[in-house]
Amino acid sequence: MNMFTQAVWIPLLPFLSFLLLGFFGKYLKGTTAGWLATVFLLGAAAISFNIAYEYFFLFGKDANGVYQTIVPLKMTWLQFAGGLSIDMGLLIDPIAVMMLVVVTFISLMVHLYSLGYMKGEERFSTYYAYLGLFTFSMLGLVLSVNLFQIYIFWELVGVSSFLLIGFYFDRASAIAAAKKAFIVTRFADLGFLIGILVLSSAAGTLDFQTLIQRLTDSTGEGLHTATATGFLGVSALTWGLLLIFMGGAGKSAMFPLHIWLPDAMEGPTPVSALIHAATMVVAGVYLVARLFGIFAFSAPGAMEVVAWVGAISSLFAAVIACTQTDIKRVLAYSTMSQIGYMMFALGVSGGSGEAVDGFTAANFHLFTHAMFKALLFLGAGMVIHAVHSNELKDMGGLRKQLPVTHLTFLIACLAIAGVPPFAGFFSKEAILHAAHLTHPAIYWIGIITAALTAFYMFRLYFGIFHGATSSHHGDSHHHGHEGDFFQKLPLILLGVASMTAGFIPFGNFVSFSGRPVELHTDLAFSILPVSLSLVGILIAAWFYRKPSEMPDKVAGFFGSVFTAARQKFYIDEIYLFITRKIIFKLIAAPAAWFDRSIIDGTVNTFGVAAQTGSESISDLQTGKVQSYAAWFVGATLLLIIVFIYFIH
Amino acid sequence: MNEIVQFMLPELGLTVLLFVLLFVRIVGKLELAGQVCQLMNIALPILALCMWFMPAPEGAQFGGMMISSKLIVTEKLLLLVGTWIISLFSSPWLRGHRHPAEFYMLMLSTLMGIFFLLSSGDFLLFFLALELSAIPLAALCNFDLEKHVSGESAMKMIFSSALSSGILLFGISLLYGATGTLSFVQIPALLDGSPLQIMAFVMIFTGFAFKLSIVPFHFWTADVYEGAPVPVTAFLSVISKGSMAFVFVSALYTVFRPLSEIWYIAITLLAVISMTVGNLFAIRQQNLKRFLAFSSIAQVGYLLIGISGSSIDGMSSVVYFVLVYVFSNLAAFAVITLVSSATSRETIDGLKGFHASNPLLAWVLALALFSLAGIPPTAGFFGKFFLLTAGAAKWNSPVLIVAALNMVVSLYYYLRVVKAMFMDSSDDTMIRLTPNVSVQFALLLCTAGILLLGFYSPAYEWIRSLSFGI
Repeated sequence: MNMFTQAVWIPLLPFLSFLLLGFFGKYLKGTTAGWLATVFLLGAAAISFNIAYEYFFLFGKDANGVYQTIVPLKMTWLQFAGGLSIDMGLLIDPIAVMMLVVVTFISLMVHLYSLGYMKGEERFSTYYAYLGLFTFSMLGLVLSVNLFQIYIFWELVGVSSFLLIGFYFDRASAIAAAKKAFIVTRFADLGFLIGILVLSSAAGTLDFQTLIQRLTDSTGEGLHTATATGFLGVSALTWGLLLIFMGGAGKSAMFPLHIWLPDAMEGPTPVSALIHAATMVVAGVYLVARLFGIFAFSAPGAMEVVAWVGAISSLFAAVIACTQTDIKRVLAYSTMSQIGYMMFALGVSGGSGEAVDGFTAANFHLFTHAMFKALLFLGAGMVIHAVHSNELKDMGGLRKQLPVTHLTFLIACLAIAGVPPFAGFFSKEAILHAAHLTHPAIYWIGIITAALTAFYMFRLYFGIFHGATSSHHGDSHHHGHEGDFFQKLPLILLGVASMTAGFIPFGNFVSFSGRPVELHTDLAFSILPVSLSLVGILIAAWFYRKPSEMPDKVAGFFGSVFTAARQKFYIDEIYLFITRKIIFKLIAAPAAWFDRSIIDGTVNTFGVAAQTGSESISDLQTGKVQSYAAWFVGATLLLIIVFIYFIH
Repeated sequence: MNEIVQFMLPELGLTVLLFVLLFVRIVGKLELAGQVCQLMNIALPILALCMWFMPAPEGAQFGGMMISSKLIVTEKLLLLVGTWIISLFSSPWLRGHRHPAEFYMLMLSTLMGIFFLLSSGDFLLFFLALELSAIPLAALCNFDLEKHVSGESAMKMIFSSALSSGILLFGISLLYGATGTLSFVQIPALLDGSPLQIMAFVMIFTGFAFKLSIVPFHFWTADVYEGAPVPVTAFLSVISKGSMAFVFVSALYTVFRPLSEIWYIAITLLAVISMTVGNLFAIRQQNLKRFLAFSSIAQVGYLLIGISGSSIDGMSSVVYFVLVYVFSNLAAFAVITLVSSATSRETIDGLKGFHASNPLLAWVLALALFSLAGIPPTAGFFGKFFLLTAGAAKWNSPVLIVAALNMVVSLYYYLRVVKAMFMDSSDDTMIRLTPNVSVQFALLLCTAGILLLGFYSPAYEWIRSLSFGI
């Protein structure tokens, strides 16, 4: 399987691009830096596609036709006593290959798009260097062979996300958003780290394959100790998995750790498309999928939590998305909602039988969502460039000025709304079907969310491209604002992907067992969600296609609920209350007092004592030789007396 | 005959150099200052190489008057290298001086006295060597001839030294009266701990304590250090003090071994007092030389803790500490000599903004201070670490706690100098100093010593293989 060692170049190429641009970027003029990075990424994408082809069609299956997990490269990094070692390596299996394709493809699109979008920025080469760092970290995360390696890249992804959110560091809001994202995800990562420690101490390894094998083997010692010991009536294994899920929920912006994602929209829009829509935010889903075996077989309790957190997040975010007026924020909440979908798809599936299809469905949705959500963000970037505002009220009637954007945005909206035959329809159906089998309540939440999704996406669509032309921006002003060819190309390619990705027989490639599965598409089953989505689209058209008073009336009807949703259900305020009033006042303030008065006080007393002592003996040093001689003789006599009469 | 020549090679080598200097002085002219420095800068390492490749054979000569061992040769070599470094960095100061040859004559006589001291196997030679190493040194202190303080320094040195020698000689005569011999080999068997012997021991002990500036026999130190020219201060605080540490530890471990219970109490007590008082005084100093004087008093306190270990580790840690101390302290003195001879500034405030004008020199001085403070990974850390480990073997935790607290205090005042150099800005900016080749070489040697000794563990292992305990 040595042909797969070439996979090492997939993360290394963006890393090289990062190093090159990081060190020498400032010497490159114009868009050279961007082109350089794009060429590097094109190489990485080509290798990824090649690997996908070789893995899925040529060499990936073993003799029984099951996709195997291949570790083409592995070296021991740190060797500890007791057989525990930390390795670095590459892991190739269906979900890793699928993620490789997604990450390199979307990253390539963003690289291309940014050539025009970021042109003229002062820190153009720095931007591309950061993109390279992010892509490297994300690919390293995907290819990780063990929990420790994934944790390292997990943090690297967080750092590059921090850097890119705060790219416009002369804006106070961007700095605040970057800090918020970093702190919230760091907090979640603390859980992740403890989870890693719990799991690895139970299994005695960090390696994914061995870990999963030991913790799912019902006769094994590792599983026995992990389930026998417990805390608060929950087994150590479940705690470990829940803590790891906490890390995943932080990165994937699941309720209630989602508060950083909407603010992260302060970063450049292509970055939002790459990091906060298609790749980094699905890292949590990927992590759960990676450890799916342990979740499914050994900790159904943890699975239940995953399912409900996902379901609540998806509905919660969809409701908020209906009320936001900043288009990027709407997309951010929509992302959160869709990731909630993927999460509950994983959560509702079991380890075997038809229920395991949820695993495939989640990954399928991850795949299609990456395409159409990246497209939505890139389209939003076009719109924002055209009107110089993020606010929906500044937009309207842009379909003439931005024809390509208009068309591709519409495709993406249809895809996310789950209208057949666009990509989102197939993956969403698979998820709903999986939920329907085991968790009817979650199924209904999914249905409602799907309808809301259709509504708010078309609210955006009609608000941006139809309706009255905003008074602030005349036609002449918009003209010729749709960017160059390299900005439109990613839109078109992603548009094609959003239309066709649904027809990929995804179950043939990605499944938990490695054997092909048939994803469920049933006309009778599809009628309800599709028709609800269409109703959502129609309502949106009724409300927003022409200026109308209906939105205000409906908002008035919902009253306080609407206000609460527009204020994002006050989650940020709750966090502020907890941190400011409870943590700062009740914990930090006494701790600070203790630090100031007791710790510093002790240290200061020591210093003052030294100073005072120093002053009080300074008179001894008189400068007179006779007094020195007196001391000398006196001390000698004293020593003699002490030794002869007291000690001897 | 040949055997005796090799046995006394270090001393004879120094004698030859002294005669050469005398000759130069008689026929030479005043312009020769530069040549004298160069001659000595080359002659001293040649002598060191001779000592390295033709080590004195182990054993005793002159009826047990003089002894030699690998350890003694190593110690002499170390002190010779230290003297060489001082010679290298004192050239800018000496060029403006009228009597360079005399400087070297006095310094090398002192060194010869120290060599005899290290080799002495008998209290008679011991006393003569001690005087030989003290009187030229007092003359050296007066070497800034036109400066009043320099003369004052020499007078204080000679008076204090005379008092100390008197008491020491009194002690030696009492010891002779109590045992009937002056030979180091015969004395231990005759020591029974009678009050007379203890009195004699304490008097001899105070002679060492004076030379090592152990509190309360330290008062001369600061005044003499402050008044003497910087290279002489360096010689006093590094070479003279280092040699006394060597003699002290071997005397305690051999000659006064039967009294170990008594001197153990004495040196732990004095270690605590020395560390604390030295540090408390050092906090308040503004003059760099006084500051280094008091900090060296505190360093001797740590040294005593190592000695109190009474084991092979005790001796090896003392020798290793002196080795590290030579490089660290001389690096500091080299930079201070440069500053002092160019700008005649000798205060901590005078170093404000030093990093801005002379970044490299500031870093060397900072490194030296870090090493003196015992901050890892400089060699100074390992030096202190071995001392305290040796002392810890006695389970004397209160002393170790005091030592640890004192290290915190010392960190404060060492870093105060670093802060002045790096963080404080000054109104009158310092000129950019341009050290000549020999000074640069001295700085390089010291920096290499500070950085490499800590990591090169065979150095300590080798010293340990030569050492002995009780």
